[in-house]
Amino acid sequence: MIAEIGHFALALAAAVALIQSVLPMWGAARRDAAMMATAAPAALVQFGVLGVSFAALTYAYLTSDFSVVNVINNSHSLKPILYKISGVWGNHEGSLLLWVLVLALFGALVAVFGRNLPPSLKARTLSVQALITLGFLTFMLFTSNPFERAFPPPLEGGDLNPLLQDPGLAFHPPMLYVGYVGLSIVFSFAVAALIEGKVDAAWARWVRPWTLLAWIFLTAGIALGSWWAYYELGWGGFWYWDPVENASFMPWLAATALLHSAIVVEKRDTLKSWTILLAIIAFGLSLIGTFLVRSGVLTSVHAFATDPDRGLYILLLLVIAIGGSLALYAWRAPALKGGGMFRPISREGALVLNNLLLSAAAATVFIGTLYPLFLEVLTGDKISVGPPYFNLTFAPIMGVLVVALGIGAMMPWKRGDLPGVMRRLTAASVFTAAATAAIALFYAGDNALALLGLAFAVWLFAATMTQLWARVRPTTRVSVADAIRRLPGLPRAAWGMTTAHLGVAVLVAGVTGASLMTVETIASGKPGDRFPVGDYVFQLDRVEQVAGPNYRAERGTFTVFDADTGEEITTLAGERRRYVAGGQETTEAGIRSDFGGDLYAVLGQPADDGGWTVRLYREPLVPWIWFGSTLLVIGGFLSLSDRRLRVGAPVRTGSTSGGGGDAAKARADAAAQPAAHPAE
Amino acid sequence: MKRLVYLLPLAVFLGVAGYFAAQLLSGRDAMEVPSALIDRPAPEFALPPLWDGGEGLSTADLKGGGPAIVNVFASWCVPCRAEHPMLMRLAEETGAPVHGIAYKDDPAASKAFLEELGDPYTKIGVDQNGRVAIDWGVYGVPETYVLDGDGRIRYKRTGPITPRHMEDDILPLLEELRS
Repeated sequence: MIAEIGHFALALAAAVALIQSVLPMWGAARRDAAMMATAAPAALVQFGVLGVSFAALTYAYLTSDFSVVNVINNSHSLKPILYKISGVWGNHEGSLLLWVLVLALFGALVAVFGRNLPPSLKARTLSVQALITLGFLTFMLFTSNPFERAFPPPLEGGDLNPLLQDPGLAFHPPMLYVGYVGLSIVFSFAVAALIEGKVDAAWARWVRPWTLLAWIFLTAGIALGSWWAYYELGWGGFWYWDPVENASFMPWLAATALLHSAIVVEKRDTLKSWTILLAIIAFGLSLIGTFLVRSGVLTSVHAFATDPDRGLYILLLLVIAIGGSLALYAWRAPALKGGGMFRPISREGALVLNNLLLSAAAATVFIGTLYPLFLEVLTGDKISVGPPYFNLTFAPIMGVLVVALGIGAMMPWKRGDLPGVMRRLTAASVFTAAATAAIALFYAGDNALALLGLAFAVWLFAATMTQLWARVRPTTRVSVADAIRRLPGLPRAAWGMTTAHLGVAVLVAGVTGASLMTVETIASGKPGDRFPVGDYVFQLDRVEQVAGPNYRAERGTFTVFDADTGEEITTLAGERRRYVAGGQETTEAGIRSDFGGDLYAVLGQPADDGGWTVRLYREPLVPWIWFGSTLLVIGGFLSLSDRRLRVGAPVRTGSTSGGGGDAAKARADAAAQPAAHPAE
Repeated sequence: MKRLVYLLPLAVFLGVAGYFAAQLLSGRDAMEVPSALIDRPAPEFALPPLWDGGEGLSTADLKGGGPAIVNVFASWCVPCRAEHPMLMRLAEETGAPVHGIAYKDDPAASKAFLEELGDPYTKIGVDQNGRVAIDWGVYGVPETYVLDGDGRIRYKRTGPITPRHMEDDILPLLEELRS
């Protein structure tokens, strides 16, 4: 009964989405306020109805209702309750339900917080959002019904893939979805603006918080997924350039570029058509990612149950959504008027460079991900593109980006002075040189590439701190004490930017350490054997059988000693688990983290001679990856909490008809900015 | 001219979508990785029998006769259960021997599996530690190989055999090998 309610709610949501996509759009064209006003309540109803549907599926999982096919295939009555819940989205149908729920969530958020949007922009945005939802709902109803019944119901389910039974992965998909589905609302704003034919500073101010929100969750989701791969897959790596990882990374790169170009639209009223294009591309890449994961056109370790019919339907959705919006772009964008002019050496110029580099990076990943597909279509050959390609192409682009970021963030708007900026970065340059020399002497002198990566990280750290300091102490006339007193008064957006850029510096250091300085030992041995790993010695103490709630495991206990002093550092326990229901095996790495890096031990297969294969790693600086990602997320939230965005978006004015008051003011503000700088 | 620049993103996207469509409509399965063992002799191996007093499976069993089928299975593998009727059909209809390799499985569980569903296999070798399966390039059960009379591997399927694989690949190949 509950499952039928869920199914019915899904159909009802499709009907509401149809109304929400037609009426407001039509109303906006006819300037009919009543018709436009249907958008917001429809968006709320849509979210409520889909919430019911999602709750129904969750209920089926919690009660282990094995009359529902989806529950049979992905759950087991012995499974811990957290994984019963995460099983809801750990499969194709359920994850699509989460997709549409998040689509509707963003529609509802705009309905609630977008009270002061111009009515026609709001109506059109919600209408485009409903169109996307409608596309996915029909897809679910026709090909991927999560509420399908089985008769007769089996006594027990087939269990969720045990690799997915992990706290890191329980929350990774919802985060990621809020992230890349969240880009849908930015896409809807962009398409609505193209239909209106008007993109201005106010538009950028409305769009930026949504981009930022989606970006924060996307960042957190990708970082969680990477963390999971690191400790659960047992190969010591944090990023594998797998097509599915790339599918989430490409929208992230595009969204990062969009965050920065939207600033230029907001502050300087220029780069409009490019920003609109980026908004379309960011969500377009999310859709393409979904298509790649679910259609089975590419080989990946993250296989959803794939099906060519589903693939064709999603491809059709892609062509309508992306093709349609790009056609609209080709038609309307040439009419968008460019605003303020700027010199290449300026803050705007630096942000354009940021956008060029991030787009080039996204294109690199796109080509690397799809090249095997192109080649197979043309020649039938099977190849795979792996880390060597990405290291050669992606890493240098990021290197240039990090160096340029340190300089660009110091540039003033409109017209900058490169020698002047470099003079102000003298201290940072000296600090970088000194720190790099110290690192070469004491830490990574034998590894030139690692040294370069760490030097980039130090440079970005020093330049970002200089930039923060220059904000509070623009000239030497301000005393140091006064400058420090000014720090708390800086806008949250400034703190957000500084925190996020410091996060990038920390992340660069972590990635450098993990990719270029890891020491690995793969060996076979018996309890009592010792294995040297760089500056450490691992000893396999014992291997024992342990039982978990729904698995049995062999647990290997290792003691780690310092190779020089022989001092005992820690003990690690790595497990090889075998799940009762499906018979699959997973590894749980034993990890100890500290400031300098991780010690990482995995118990492998038993060998013929009664011993075990062991994989042991010293992974320098890996915790910095997680810390840097956390700083990015914190920076995003700080920036999101900036007063400017709150004033620009969701403040309700007293009278019901005065919703456009703030908007009008924002437009006036924008118009009051110097419109153009005379070209010289 | 300026308008053409704005058409560029659409053109690029349509090109990419065209490739997607070509790949989807080609009917190729991207998950299928061609085996390096195709047209090569089956690896040297000898495995003990599953049934008491039965015969084990070794390289010699695959040579000299007509075409043969080797299927890697396990009682814990759900897709093996799904493809089982196809194997029964193969054994009954084609006359080619269907041999089994019981992969990383408790022999008692393998026996119970076959007693419950029926035993399509002519000979079964027990590969309890999975060592022989490595030489065969097994990376997921079930896997099915078709060998010609000289003991060379001519076809490999990773994953359960469906009626489509039977009709399109396996039966025509057996026909061809016989003639």
